[in-house]
Parts: sequence; structure tokens; C-alpha cells
Amino acid sequence: MNAARCVAVAVFRESVRDKVFYNLVLFAVLLVGASVLIGQLTAGQDVKIIKDLGLAATSLFGLFIAIFVGISLVSKEVDRRSVYPLLAKPVRRTEFIVGKYCGLLLTLLANVIVMAIALYAVLFFLARGVPPQLQRAWDTPALDPALLKAIALIYLNLAVVTAVALFFSTYSSPILSAIFTLGIYVVGQFNADLKHFDRIVDSPAAIAVAKACYYVLPDFAKFDVKLAVVHGLPVSGTYMAATAAYAALYVAALLCGAVVIFSRRDFK
Amino acid sequence: MSAIRTRALSKDYHVGFWRPRPYRALDNLSIDVAPGDVFGFLGPNGAGKTTTLKLLMQLVFPTSGDAEILGRPIGDVGVRRRIGYLPENPYFYDHLTAEELLDYYGRLFGMSAAHRRARISATLERVGIGPERRLALRKFSKGMLQRVGIAQALLNDPEVLFLDEPMSGLDPLGRRDVRALMLELRDQGRTIFFSSHILSDAEALCSQVAIIAKGQLAAAGRLADLQHFAVLGWELVMSGVPAAALDRIRARARRVQSIAGDRYVIDLPPDGKPEEMLRELTAAGATLVSLNPLRETLEELFVRRVAEVGNGARP
Repeated sequence: MNAARCVAVAVFRESVRDKVFYNLVLFAVLLVGASVLIGQLTAGQDVKIIKDLGLAATSLFGLFIAIFVGISLVSKEVDRRSVYPLLAKPVRRTEFIVGKYCGLLLTLLANVIVMAIALYAVLFFLARGVPPQLQRAWDTPALDPALLKAIALIYLNLAVVTAVALFFSTYSSPILSAIFTLGIYVVGQFNADLKHFDRIVDSPAAIAVAKACYYVLPDFAKFDVKLAVVHGLPVSGTYMAATAAYAALYVAALLCGAVVIFSRRDFK
Repeated sequence: MSAIRTRALSKDYHVGFWRPRPYRALDNLSIDVAPGDVFGFLGPNGAGKTTTLKLLMQLVFPTSGDAEILGRPIGDVGVRRRIGYLPENPYFYDHLTAEELLDYYGRLFGMSAAHRRARISATLERVGIGPERRLALRKFSKGMLQRVGIAQALLNDPEVLFLDEPMSGLDPLGRRDVRALMLELRDQGRTIFFSSHILSDAEALCSQVAIIAKGQLAAAGRLADLQHFAVLGWELVMSGVPAAALDRIRARARRVQSIAGDRYVIDLPPDGKPEEMLRELTAAGATLVSLNPLRETLEELFVRRVAEVGNGARP
């Protein structure tokens, strides 16, 4: 898998050159700006809002990268024909796909880690001036380690979205891939509703389609524990493990699909 | 063992959106390229040259038939360690420099850092890329990109080189350099398979050629053999030819034309026995300027064979 590793490192380097990490600056500005603005609110409320905002921004910025870099991972190489000399080297098409995927995961990991550090830094400065007795009355401490659980699930969510984008990227144009990926992401947010579609619709055909979608499409709501973490509700280790396994299965299935399609593809 | 071998290699593309129908881009191509040969794969635009190269590189998959490189099936990834490939109008990652690009490819070959450094430096130097190697490729001209393309094809010191239109985009100096490079590689015993529609390049470089038209093989063999069967006559140029001698030979020549003063060009048919005529004219006091066989040029051969395929029914 030396080839896959080389491709992954190349994707990461390209992300750096393409200034993908500029979004981190935007993230920091957003977070610091928001903390200054809402700093006048009741102590404790501002910490909660920053946590909410920070987690939402981590998810949104990551989603932006996962979709817009993910959809061009393969199609850009094919459209520009840079894939020709590459695949004439000792690189299996499977290694190419896996390498591309891992490269973007690496980019996302770096993004999410930096955003998490920025979030904790802002929370630290917000909590610094608040007396300890007041802090004890908060639902959760400012530097709550449980935030890491929410961030880990955001990362897993992004890993699945990246796999969806890459899957479409192996045979579709970037615009169509973006539409398909966004569509699946949006439907995936409401996936749980599809399971109980029979409560609101009578048509057996519509219920069957909804059920099929429920089982085929990823349930992105599973990865969202932001609300629970911010309000101090427990997120169990079992839940984390089950969700990680769910993400791994989806990623594996999507990568297999991408490899099968890409391995048969003619580059005309 | 052939360096490159194809057997009844065919490729159909499907054209049309609503009702796709097959379009045969390559039809039953069978060729053998011996190790150490410079093989010119010639044909007009759209003949199937690039399709053949893509098939050999597994960038497209054959509809039927098979092919081998260095005795291994083309699907064998291991054989790609021993070959180099220059695509037509190559495009590389424009955010990388030439050095970084070659470093990336060197890593794919599993080269050590020291080996990579040495090979990158040697290949870039060989194709004439100097300090520009540290510029982003987006700043490179088409000719410079072509040189980078050749450098990346040579990076792993390949036994077999596949070059798709290697002279494309190069200025006359660049073409001369690439020609010299190909001859040098040939002298080192490497096999070169290159496609071109520039026949002068093939004439200068190839030991063997194949002519392809409309996806079909129109002619193949050693250049000398292909041209040997097409000797069209003899061109004898003499000076100081006396008028009486000129009158005697006029009936045996296809054409006698004065060039300047008493210098004449005498065009003889293939069986015109030029040695006898030369003896007769020199005995009469004329002086030999030149005697050349009139062979069919590669261009004429190319046009004739392509036209033959064009007149035939396309499958």
C-alpha cells in the first residue's frame, strides 16, 4: 500500500497548496468575534452558545471541505488527464481510490484538530473571568472533555460524507456529484423519519420506498450529539462505538463501490 | 520474447446517449515489437494510435484480444516498474514544481530518497530543464511540459518506453533534442514504441513501423522492407552530355530534362539498367553528378496504405 500512502500524502499537500486551510482563519475569526459579541450575556449562557456555535461551525466547515474537495478528488484527475501518467506507474486503481480518500481524511483530521484547539482556547478565555462558584452552577464545565465526543462524531460524519462524495466523483461530473452528495446529506439528516413513514402516509408504495431509503441511505442524525454534549447529557461509550462501527461499514461499502466503478472505467 | 505483443486487440466505444451504438476504435490489431527496436506507430488523426497506447497502459480495457509487455499481461501492475509512458499532450499537477512531480512519481516506484534525488536530477538535466525545475508547472509552456513528460517517463530507467506523439508541442530545437535522446536510448538497448503522424520523425528514428488507419493495421514491418518493394525508378544526373548521346538514350528514359546548360536529369524506369546507361554516357564524354534510386517515400507509402483502408469497408 506504498502507492496509496503516496497518493494520500499528495492529496494532503494539494489541500495545503489550494489554501483549503484558510477556512481555519475564518473559523477562528467567527469564534472570537462571536465570543466578544455575546460576552455581555449572562455568564454561562455565553459558554453554552460558544460551544454550540463552535461545534456547528466545525461540522459546517468540515462539511464544506468534505463535499467540495471530495467531489473533485477523482474527477479533476480524470478531466485534466493527470491520471494517465499516474496509473501508468505501479499503482493499482484500488490504491488510487483508497489513497485519495485517506488523503482527504487526513486534511479533515488536521482541520478538525485545529478547530477543536481553537474552540477550547476560546472557552478557556471566556471562563477565565468567571468565579469558580458560579462555574459550578453550569450544566457542564467550560473545558468539558465531552466536547471531544461530539467532535469525534463530527469527524466520523465527515468521513462518511467524504466517502459519498468520492463515490459519486468516480463516475460523475463535479456539479452532479455535489448535488447528489448534498442531496444524500440532507435526506440523511431526516433518515429516522423515513422509518416511521407509515404513520403519516397510507400508500404502501411510498412506505416501501421510504423504508428502502431508510436502510440504504446513511443516518447522519446519529452523528449529531452536539445538543446532548452542550447540555451535559451523557453520550455513552457504547453509543460512540456503535456509531463508529456504523460509519466504518458505510465507508467500507462506499469505497468498495467506488473501487468497483473506477476499476472498470475507461479513460477515453 | 517480444518486448510488446498484441493479438487481435480490439476496442469498441459506445457513442450516442439515448441509443448507444458501438464504434470500433481499434480492430484486431496484432503487432510484435522486438526488444531494442524503435517502433513507429503511424497513422492520421483519429486512426486509433492513442487508443492502442491507452489499451497497453490499461487506461481503457480491450473489447477483445490481449496484449503483453515484456512477456507479462498488460494488467500486471509489476510490469509498470519496467516501462515509461508519455501521454499525448501531457498534463500534470500545476501546483507542483517539476522536481516535486518527479519526486511524487519516484515515491510511487518505491525509490529511496537518495535514488530519487539522483534520478530526478539526471532525467531533468537530460531533457534540458535547468533552474525552471523549481517553478510551478502552471508556469510552463507546452514544450516545457512535454519535456517534463519525457522526464517522468524516463524516471524509473525503463526497459520499454511508450511515447504518444513525443514531438508534439516542441520547437525545432526541442524536436532535435528528443530525436537525439531516442537514438541514445535505442543505443542503450531500450525498446521505444512511439506514435506519430510526423513521418520525417519516423524515417529518422524507426527500425520498424506500423501504419494504422481507421483502427485497422494498414502496413507493418521494417521500414527498409516496406520501402524496398516500392522502388519507382532511377534518377541519373549527368553534365557535359553530348547531343548525339542524348538522342540515343532518349527512347529508353521516361524523361530527359535539362536542368542548366548541358546538365540533364534522366529519369529511368525501375528496370532501366542505370549502370549500362552510366557507362554509355561516360564513354561519350559526360560526367556523373548523381545517381539515386527513386523510392516511395514513407509519406507516399503512408498515403497509399491509408487510402487503401479508406476504400475498404469499415467494420
